[in-house]
Amino acid sequence: MILSARDVAVTFGRQTRAVDGVNLDLVKGEIVALVGESGCGKTTLARSLLGLVRPSRGVISFEGSPLEYSTRRLKAYRSQVQLILQDPLGALNPRHTVYDAVAEGVRIHGIPGDEKQLVSAALARVGLRPPEQFFLRYPHELSGGQRQRVVIAGALILQPRVLIADEPVSSLDASVRGEILSLLLRLREELQLTVLVVTHDLGLAWNVADRVAVMYLGRIVECGPASEVLTNPQHPYTKALMSVVPDVSQKDAIVLQGEAPDASRIPAGCRFHPRCPVAIDQCRTTMIPILVGSEGHEVACLLKGKS
Amino acid sequence: MSFLEFCDVHVEYASNHGMLPAVRGVSLAVEPGETLGIAGESGCGKSTLAATVLRLLPESAAVRGKVLIDGSDVLTMGWGQLRAVRWSQAAIVFQGAMHALNPVQRVRDQLAEPIRLHRTVPSSEVGERVRNLLEQVGLAKSVTKAYPNELSGGQRQRVMIAMALACEPDLIIADEPTTALDVMVQAQVLRVLTGLVHDLNMGMILISHDLGVLATTCDRIAVMYAGRIVETGVARELFDAPEHPYTRALAAAFPRIGDPLARYAPQGLPGDPPSLGDIPTGCAFHPRCAIAIASCSESAPRVVELGHHRTVVCNLVGP
Repeated sequence: MILSARDVAVTFGRQTRAVDGVNLDLVKGEIVALVGESGCGKTTLARSLLGLVRPSRGVISFEGSPLEYSTRRLKAYRSQVQLILQDPLGALNPRHTVYDAVAEGVRIHGIPGDEKQLVSAALARVGLRPPEQFFLRYPHELSGGQRQRVVIAGALILQPRVLIADEPVSSLDASVRGEILSLLLRLREELQLTVLVVTHDLGLAWNVADRVAVMYLGRIVECGPASEVLTNPQHPYTKALMSVVPDVSQKDAIVLQGEAPDASRIPAGCRFHPRCPVAIDQCRTTMIPILVGSEGHEVACLLKGKS
Repeated sequence: MSFLEFCDVHVEYASNHGMLPAVRGVSLAVEPGETLGIAGESGCGKSTLAATVLRLLPESAAVRGKVLIDGSDVLTMGWGQLRAVRWSQAAIVFQGAMHALNPVQRVRDQLAEPIRLHRTVPSSEVGERVRNLLEQVGLAKSVTKAYPNELSGGQRQRVMIAMALACEPDLIIADEPTTALDVMVQAQVLRVLTGLVHDLNMGMILISHDLGVLATTCDRIAVMYAGRIVETGVARELFDAPEHPYTRALAAAFPRIGDPLARYAPQGLPGDPPSLGDIPTGCAFHPRCAIAIASCSESAPRVVELGHHRTVVCNLVGP
């Protein structure tokens, strides 16, 4: 296990429980997709795994040791666990060349070695070849796919062990999307990287993820091997999400009403009960334990196996 | 007669490098009550084509051909007649509702504006009409007093749809209406749109790069590449069995969950769409095409009718 969250909660202000008790283990070399609607807490959980927000409860551990929040420790940690942002145009400084964008991490972390060689190697690694041709280009001169590759090169140059990618392809064209996802798979193969992909795109999870964790209102409600969770979802929320993925094998769409509710007013009992199409009386009152978040297929639902 | 007809439409944008062709000869028709999907990557000309319907292009754009609404050509129409067409015959739901709404005006005032301008109902009934519109798109009455920033992305997009409905148009053009939205909210918005099209017997043009979205909501799909239509067909048939190599690549980009072939095998399409100033000779798609042969770079692709409303523009497809 390389990175793990144990009973992690992140609270904003007095009441907003963005992450409300999550266990999640990332095993070396695996790709895990963290899926859910906007506002379900998936980005906050990712930020806590990156050490960008300190959990108000629970522990993040990297290679077995709990994360320490001193500036020096965090800096060292962040070279190991790198973030890849969505919207590569926003993530890149428009006035920095590709070379500067990729070399920035080397300079900040004082990585030894020839800077030019490191930048070349990182660009080649993400498929921008020949790398020298890209050194002096600016973000606006690149296509969306190339910009996303530059962002990934900037993360890779620090030789991280874990990548956390927040919606890495949501702003990209259909055709570029496949290329970036293939790149993630290749990097996992070549560098034994562990990748957590935060996304609302279930097709992406089917394309690349070994495991899927489905988050709803601050908790993981279902997790397990992608091939099981996505073909045989058990939680009513996962079922609803799956049923609205646009493809033509039209199963009956379960379109939930409203949007993900407010993290400052989490319902008692099962947090999904107000929107759940199959909820029964006990769902309003019965607490549901936090899932283990490891390899098995788990479902946080009172009715599991009963429907 | 078709409700909307594009006849050999060309659009060129003036630039420092001369005229850049964004749309290069498109002919298409939309029947009343029909939903047409237009698919393609960014820069393929799909939004430009849609904008010709209401003459919304900037002055730097030169448009040729005919865009007929109920038989009259929008491109040569006088200002007064065009004004009547906008909103009341055809209305657009723009992408990025975030930016398309006026941030300092309440929802009800924005909705009321086209109703007042076009005098579709007596002014005493405007408020009532606004409430009805919001109800049609599934928004609570409380939204009338809200400013756009107080609404979620899905709610804003519904307000945009309500605005487009304000003057009871016969045609709605929805340009990537769900691109920035979550799957669940996307499903809600698409459901509202298709429900309205059905209930009010409107026509709709839905623009998206997601073939899956188009296949589930449209009757017909036209796929554009470098300013031209490369394939048209019945939505589901086209999505299930795409013929043009470009359509195949687009369809494969969004995997079907459960398809073992897509597991650990995301499909991309190498390269980028051509820049408008440098469109390849022969078939514009040949540099990126998986099955191109030498002659594809020279001879223009032919139009192949495959029957059952399917047309493919490719020299390597069909008999």
